[in-house]
Amino acid sequence: MNTQALTASLFIAVVLLTVGITFWASRQSSGAADFYAGGRSFSGFQNGLAVSGDYMSAASFLGISGLIALNGYDGFLYSIGFLVAWLVALLLVAELLRNSGRYTMADQLAYRMRQRPVRTAAATSTVVVSIFYLLAQMVGAGALVTLLLDVQSESLKALTIIGVGLLMIFYVTVGGMKGTTWVQIVKAVLLMTGTVLVTVLVLAKFGFNLSELLGAAAQNTGKGQPFLEPGLKYGANLTSQIDFVSLAIALVLGTAGLPHILIRFYTVPTAKAARTSVLWAITLIGSFYLMTLVLGFGAAALLDTGAESKVATSGGNLASPLLAEAVGGGAGSTGGAVLLALISAVAFATILAVVAGLTLTSASSVAHDLYATVFKKGAATEKDEVRVARVAAFVIGAVAIGLAIPAQKLNIAFLVALAFAVAASANLPSILLNLFWKRFNTRGATWAIYGGLVSCVVLVFFSPVVSGSETALFTQANWQWFPLSNPGIVSVPLGFFFGWLGTITSREPEAEEKYVELEVRAFTGAGAEAAVHH
Amino acid sequence: MTHHVDETGYEEHDPREHQTYDQLRATPEFTELRRRYAAFVVPATLVFILWYLLYVVLSNWAPGFMGIRVIGNINVALVFGLLQFVTTFGIAWLYARYMNRAVDPLARDLEARFSGGTR
Repeated sequence: MNTQALTASLFIAVVLLTVGITFWASRQSSGAADFYAGGRSFSGFQNGLAVSGDYMSAASFLGISGLIALNGYDGFLYSIGFLVAWLVALLLVAELLRNSGRYTMADQLAYRMRQRPVRTAAATSTVVVSIFYLLAQMVGAGALVTLLLDVQSESLKALTIIGVGLLMIFYVTVGGMKGTTWVQIVKAVLLMTGTVLVTVLVLAKFGFNLSELLGAAAQNTGKGQPFLEPGLKYGANLTSQIDFVSLAIALVLGTAGLPHILIRFYTVPTAKAARTSVLWAITLIGSFYLMTLVLGFGAAALLDTGAESKVATSGGNLASPLLAEAVGGGAGSTGGAVLLALISAVAFATILAVVAGLTLTSASSVAHDLYATVFKKGAATEKDEVRVARVAAFVIGAVAIGLAIPAQKLNIAFLVALAFAVAASANLPSILLNLFWKRFNTRGATWAIYGGLVSCVVLVFFSPVVSGSETALFTQANWQWFPLSNPGIVSVPLGFFFGWLGTITSREPEAEEKYVELEVRAFTGAGAEAAVHH
Repeated sequence: MTHHVDETGYEEHDPREHQTYDQLRATPEFTELRRRYAAFVVPATLVFILWYLLYVVLSNWAPGFMGIRVIGNINVALVFGLLQFVTTFGIAWLYARYMNRAVDPLARDLEARFSGGTR
């Protein structure tokens, strides 16, 4: 059996497995709490696995090891930001949000503010963040499949994107949060197993001596010691150094504002279980990033990473699968073929699980925030709401397919970094101000969200990512004036500033009065939503 | 259980519940809970943010220091990066231990009073 056939059959196995799980989960789901929050019946450990599954996207698995393989140490800086970010989620957000919300990110704002404006704002930013993130994953899926099957065909890419889109619509509409959570759990186990396997094989090649592995990487790339030090990618000049600080801020503050991560905390019965979820997530994600360090430097040491190589032309995205092939015995060997197919299938499972989580998040927000509250003013029945959520999943899936096909030239890491920047600038300020500032009110919340969102998108539009540089989206045009490719250093403070400004320019005694309820509820769990028992 | 929106645009809450929440917030136990939570979270957040920013700044502007080799090919930059993992695991573990011991009992007690008060 050749590699392509093996890869294809493993891909089909992944699809069948996840489809089976979804059908099984759908038979155990009935009401709205099941659809949106998996009945709040998952254990801390199960949800910890699912959170890791949602978080370790293709950008982490393929992207970071690829960045390390190409840029050496500077790629590692991403992993550190992505991990430290979890402390913000653990200490400041997870438990308090679990106690004060129900289904969506908007719930804890709507608890004490005028519902229609804050739900509209929060739903807007939820959908924007999720779409950027979705595009990154779907573009990644298209690239992965064509490169692995070794067919350079635009129609195959488009077909893959459509296939992934249809699958994610299926997971969400049929399985709801229960099905999606189980898909995440299975994916997390597959990903960790695959990563441990390749890591051990790489380390074995160097007698389990990290220093030797690093030395081989520095030598094989021909870049010497600087490959092992910071600065290769970001050290060029003051602008690129400030750009790095900006990226670091977006990474560390973005996680706790990602809607698809936040709603995971509603799937457990108590705040304490939410804490346990994050502890497991930190353990799993931390170990995973330590292993991507080995994968990245391993790829640099064992593969050809020159300008014309497959690793370099894929932007680093194929470093992990090709490394698996190399440690399995090399191209043409049975071991190499098996490992390449296995790791590719794991990457594919990763993408499928993450897109399902994102679609569910946006669909929930559209149904629960926009339809039920903004349009129906709370008069919709739960059954109606869930029906609308299923329709919304279809629409969002279709929109994502429609956008992903023309977006195939976009850089995946850029799309993910942008999603993090929007999450850090638009969502985190309103969440933190709402939980910790009594005076905060409706105008403050909407200004924080729209202010952070708009400044983020505007700055990116005028950045070298979009125009006026060789790697820009539009290489021919030039309207660039903002020098940084990541807007975080400006847009995050702006999000907080607008939140403050909106608040102090308006008075809202109701919001302050209800803060008492929010505060007691958030800190003690008194009156928080309970688990559903079947 | 549903989110009815009243004419003013706010979520409808049970007025009796509001009263109970008010009473709980006024208890010395709740003040103590807030104080204990802040006593850990404020310094811990400052420490990990500054520690992370120090790492970012050194990576940018102290290449000489970061490039010093410690053992074999393992340099200060790598050790510093790995230490970020160690502190993240450590702070997470300390936080969970602290909350279990110092905050959870108070929260449980207040929650029980709430359930008693609204029934």
